[in-house]
Order: sequence, then structure tokens, then C-alpha cells
Amino acid sequence: MNDDSPLTALASYFALLSLFAIGGAVAAIPEMHRVAVDAMHWMNDRQFTDSFAIAQLSPGPNVMIVTLIGYHVAGFAGAAVATAAMCGPTCIVAYFAAHTWNRFKMARWRIALQAALVPVSLGLIGASAFVLARAADKTIAAGVITVATVVVAVFTRISPLWLFAAAGLLGMTGWL
Amino acid sequence: MTDVAESGPTLVRPSLGELFMAFVAVALSGFGGALPWARRMIVERKRWMTAEEFNEDFALSQFLPGPNVVNFSVVFGARIAGAAGAAVAFVGLMGPPLLIVTVIAVLYAHYGDLEVLSHILSGISAAAAGLIIAMTIKMAKPLFARIGWPAAIAIVAFVGVAIVRWPLPLVLVVLAPIAFALAWFYPVGTVKR
Repeated sequence: MNDDSPLTALASYFALLSLFAIGGAVAAIPEMHRVAVDAMHWMNDRQFTDSFAIAQLSPGPNVMIVTLIGYHVAGFAGAAVATAAMCGPTCIVAYFAAHTWNRFKMARWRIALQAALVPVSLGLIGASAFVLARAADKTIAAGVITVATVVVAVFTRISPLWLFAAAGLLGMTGWL
Repeated sequence: MTDVAESGPTLVRPSLGELFMAFVAVALSGFGGALPWARRMIVERKRWMTAEEFNEDFALSQFLPGPNVVNFSVVFGARIAGAAGAAVAFVGLMGPPLLIVTVIAVLYAHYGDLEVLSHILSGISAAAAGLIIAMTIKMAKPLFARIGWPAAIAIVAFVGVAIVRWPLPLVLVVLAPIAFALAWFYPVGTVKR
């Protein structure tokens, strides 16, 4: 496999991202968008937001957007390589952390580290919201759907699936 | 790995098969993220863990880099049955969704350009973005309740990644040590999730 192979690019990029994805897969969305759309031109804005929507619609972890990007770039092998690279390094870290974490329950460094990372993740998830909204809301009608979803999700406990269903139906009419 | 055994007779210890099936069920029932379903399954239905233990492992999974629920499957599996437990929980969580999403990816590659499908997806994308905004608002409320370094760090992380579009590793390498130093010296302003 040479260095120009898309599989090498997927593997090395997602393995690196795996270790920097503080706050989970959603917090890494802006970085995925920056690389997949802006830097590597693996996909366009629409294909990226479609992938995110499909990952949200599918059962299972949000990290599935990585599988979709991998498939888009290099088919079945791409899907497998991207997913494995995104999960592998962090799984190894998690495995070793599982045994040592509770030993440091009261350690000052652990308390400080946890407190430090909460606002960082929040900023990253906020950035993710911003990047997704900017990519998805190309029309005023789409922006209205986004705002309506925010209001419903903040003030009610309606399942996201109903919001997706309603938004999908509105989209089907072709107004967006 | 004695944690589970020590925490009282009401807790049950699952077999590897049960562990696998539980994470398959969590994966397949979780829309828009699987962690809430993991909690329901492990703490409320199966009683494999107390709520406190779950919160501990949950905090660890969130704090580690990488997909949170994936980390959780490894941490929990490792607690129950070491490396075998971690592997079984991970495969249970990732296997079925991976198959489903791959099928969808194939369909999308064939039919993604159909006009009606792209209309439906643009509606859903708009709603999906709204859900992440809502998630941000809910998380920001306790943090922004008082003015202090956590709010400032969150704003800098947001601006760096969303507006200036710096690479994530760069933002983290600069910001994480600063945040850690602030948390170390000014723990008063610390906000609990």
C-alpha cells in the first residue's frame, strides 16, 4: 500500500482523530468536515450533511458517520478501515484506563482534568452545531426547520425520531 | 475487577453471551446516540451495576477521547470479564449497526441523487443540526450560570474550531493544558455536569 492510497489516508487520519475526539464523535464533526470536505475534497457539503443525517437516523452510536465517510471514499474496505481506525486507538486507551481510573478517584489531577475537559467538549459540540447548521441550512425554509427543532428539543421531551419524521416529510414536499 | 463483586449482593454478574446480547440490544435501540439506552439496560433492567458505578464509568468514557459509547462498552466489558469482556461488548455494540449502516451506504451511493430522497435528507439534516444546537444549549446552561474560566474556555474552543477553523489537534494541544492549569488553580469555579 503506498502513501497515496485512500485507505492509508483514511486509516492514519481517523486513528489520529480517535485520540483527539474529546467529547465524543459529535465533537469531532467540525474536524471531519474540515478534512473530508475542505481539505481532502472527499465529499461535498451536501454529502457530508446527508451522511450525518443518515448516521443520526440509523440505530447505534453516532460514530457511524465515520463508516459512511469511509464507504464514500473507498467502498467496503474504506468503511471497515475508517471505522476500525476511529475506534481502535481509543479502545486500547479505554481498556487500560478502566483498570486504573477508579484508583485515582480523589486525586487532584483527575478532578482538575475532568473539570478542564467539560468546557472544552462543550465548545467543540457547539462548534459542531454551528458547522452542521451552516452546511444544512442553505435555504430559509431549512433554517426554519432547524430553529423549530431546537425549540421543540429544548422545551419538550418528544423523541428525536418524530422530529426527523416531520422534517423528512416537510423536505419531501420540495420546499427546502 | 473486584468493583462489581464488592458492591453488594443485589448486583448480578453477566456471562459473556449475556454481555454480548445486551450491547446488541443497546446498539439497536439507540437512535441518535446509544448511551442513555446503555444506562437503562445495565442499571435499571439488568442490575449489573449501581447508578453510582455507572456514573463513574460514564464520566470516564466521556472524558477519554473517541466515541463515548464505544469507550463505555470497552470500560464496562473490561470490568466484567477483562479483555474478553471488552471485546465481546465492543463487537456487540458495533457489529449490527455497522452492517445496517453499510447497507444504507450502498443504497445511498445508488439512490442518493434521486430528487425525492435528497429532499427528504435535506429536511432531516436541518433537524439533525437543530438537535445538536439543542444539545449544546442544554450542556451550556449549568456552565454559563456563572461567569468564570469554564465559560471562557468553551467560547475559545468554539471560536477556534467553528469560526477560525483551526485543526482540532492544534486547538486541543493549546487549550487543554490551559484549561487544566485553570482547573488546578481555580477549582472554585468548577462546574459539575
